[in-house]
Amino acid sequence: MLRTFHKGGIHPPDTKLSAHQPIRDLPLPGSVAVLLSQHMGAPARAVVNKGDAVKTGQLIARGEGFLSSHVHSPVSGTVAKIEEVHDVSGYRRQAVYIDVLGDDWEDSIIRDGTLDKNIRSDGEEILKKIVDAGIVGLGGATFPTHVKLSVPRGKEATCIIINGVECEPYLTADHALMLEKGEEIMVGIQLLKKALHVNKAYLGIENNKQDAVEHMQRLACGFEGIEVCELQVKYPQGGEKQLVQAIIGREVPSGGLPIDVGVVVFNVGTAFAVYEALQKNKPLIERIVTVTGRHLKQPSNFRTRIGTPVSVLIDAAGGIPENTGKIISGGPMMGKALSNTEVPVVKGTSGILILPEEESARQTSQPCIRCARCLSVCPMGLEPYLLMPLSQQNLFDRLEYEHIMDCIECGSCSYICPACRPLLDYIRLGKSNVGKIIRSRKK
Amino acid sequence: MTATIVYTIISLSLLGAVAAIVLYIVAQRFRVYEDPRIDLVEAELPAANCGGCGYAGCRNLAETLVKSENFEGLFCPVGGNETMARIGAILGREADTQETRIAVLRCNGSCENSPRTSNFDGAHTCAIVSALYSGETGCQYGCHGFGDCVAVCSFDALHMDPDTGLPVVDEQKCTACGACVKTCPRNLFELRKKWKGDKKIYVSCMNEDKGGLARKNCSVACIGCNKCFKVCPHEAIVMRNNLAFIDSYKCKLCRKCAPECPTHAIIETGFPPRKIKADEKTVEDTIIN
Repeated sequence: MLRTFHKGGIHPPDTKLSAHQPIRDLPLPGSVAVLLSQHMGAPARAVVNKGDAVKTGQLIARGEGFLSSHVHSPVSGTVAKIEEVHDVSGYRRQAVYIDVLGDDWEDSIIRDGTLDKNIRSDGEEILKKIVDAGIVGLGGATFPTHVKLSVPRGKEATCIIINGVECEPYLTADHALMLEKGEEIMVGIQLLKKALHVNKAYLGIENNKQDAVEHMQRLACGFEGIEVCELQVKYPQGGEKQLVQAIIGREVPSGGLPIDVGVVVFNVGTAFAVYEALQKNKPLIERIVTVTGRHLKQPSNFRTRIGTPVSVLIDAAGGIPENTGKIISGGPMMGKALSNTEVPVVKGTSGILILPEEESARQTSQPCIRCARCLSVCPMGLEPYLLMPLSQQNLFDRLEYEHIMDCIECGSCSYICPACRPLLDYIRLGKSNVGKIIRSRKK
Repeated sequence: MTATIVYTIISLSLLGAVAAIVLYIVAQRFRVYEDPRIDLVEAELPAANCGGCGYAGCRNLAETLVKSENFEGLFCPVGGNETMARIGAILGREADTQETRIAVLRCNGSCENSPRTSNFDGAHTCAIVSALYSGETGCQYGCHGFGDCVAVCSFDALHMDPDTGLPVVDEQKCTACGACVKTCPRNLFELRKKWKGDKKIYVSCMNEDKGGLARKNCSVACIGCNKCFKVCPHEAIVMRNNLAFIDSYKCKLCRKCAPECPTHAIIETGFPPRKIKADEKTVEDTIIN
């Protein structure tokens, strides 16, 4: 019996259309808009000015404070302006616009593409280089990696877990990366282990990616202390709390982080970025983005420079098909529908999904029939049927009592609801309101 | 048989008597004295329990009014000055009067003026749209038009206009309780001084973007050009963040600002129609009226 998490979970059709597409380099766009806030925490402050010439990999914005991250130029060219651009949510945020001119990389970056297994740095140095390279969690939450590596006093990491689950339907970026850059990921894992001073790493992969499981298991033999765990397919196994439970059977306490049970979780993409930063001196300036959709001409995995407009990605995959209903940044479960295709790719963009009208339309919401299906699929053991009306009536203390802050917004409840109730919409609203109250209380 | 009935009656009567004595003693011993004026004051209040005064319902306000030394900060916006005067008479205190106010929507981003650029498909409430993204139009400050304010109005004073997609305030019914002000996630409602004949002049825009951008997303946006600010003789107009604001308490309804506005963001209602060439005299006349 394969391992998985215990509570709840759903089985949406996985529809991995681009699973066996090789990673292709996306041609350089004419200009890019690099957002200054691509990570959780304080936005970075630009250190270049209008008219400056920049090289690929040059630092263009410095992270302010501990919970922040540096931003580097993904292309070479001149800074056209520092102005606002629409981000995924449609709000305008500060960004550095760069007009692309050639592809002139910083001299310190090694671009030979050979595998470098030789780990030269010690823990301190690894941490410093990760900060310098502006690495954030590439699973989607974009939490700065150096913050995860700085274990708070009184807590101890015993092992790390690498997330190669990719439980969101459609997305294949991590899958493609594991198949093509497996060894690099392994070296990246060793580096992360060294930075945290732990001896054990687990790599969790769902068994709908059999080739990746076998490939990584074969590679793991050559590295010490890495165990590849084949996991049963279940959404949302890629959530870090679910993954910790699936792999080592520990349950993260309510309101806690995986570090409370001695684990730190990283995405495979992050491990690869760490490898590149340490062994090749390359900051985080590109990532793998899946562009997919049932009616799309050519679902693909692209190695994309940060800041590339989404429209360029879609064009490279064959253009927007005729009956498109929604264009989603991310997967179908947790992604956000875009209101504008000029939105730039950020460090957290794992995929662009183009849904036809018939698949994207929401059904009319009907009264709750008390079937309790939302309750049985909630991976956090919450009661979505109850949280929704509480949120509608602004009963914030009751919501807090019902642990609304534990919701991971996976959308399983809305997916399963036979009455098509917008459960997650209201839970998110309640969560943001309760979060505000909790923060103001702390002040 | 008869004996059973007799015993039952006797024992139940005894039990009743004992319970009555206990209850009487408890009622005397633990009696809570409540000021009888609270009931009187509560009877004067409108019983709408709207929370417009800032207290949890009319009873709560009545208790606070009776307890308080003076009426400072205590006012029932629904009942208004008359109600407060009557309550003042009951409590033997002087009630201060407040200007009557009315809720005003400061956005004119109708379907025509601010075209939709995307379609929201989730739960149709403004609060959720605001939490998720910038809204259906290009304007980040304007009305979403999903009617959270209409749902929250206890006095049926708000309804959606299907043509413009904006809520409309019914001036007869609005009590200025402030529920819509608190609910609107974009803070578009303001309680403004109510003039005779429902005359109003206000800047119907909350867009803080620079002029060009604001205008691109909405044809009637305030572009922060300062024209109205310069022309105002009463210092009623404040410019803040590329946005003009007319203070309704300083404004004397001279109507000089409205024709200056190049984007027609200043709305005037309730006035007699302007002559085609508004000269000084007509403006003077308006002040006298």
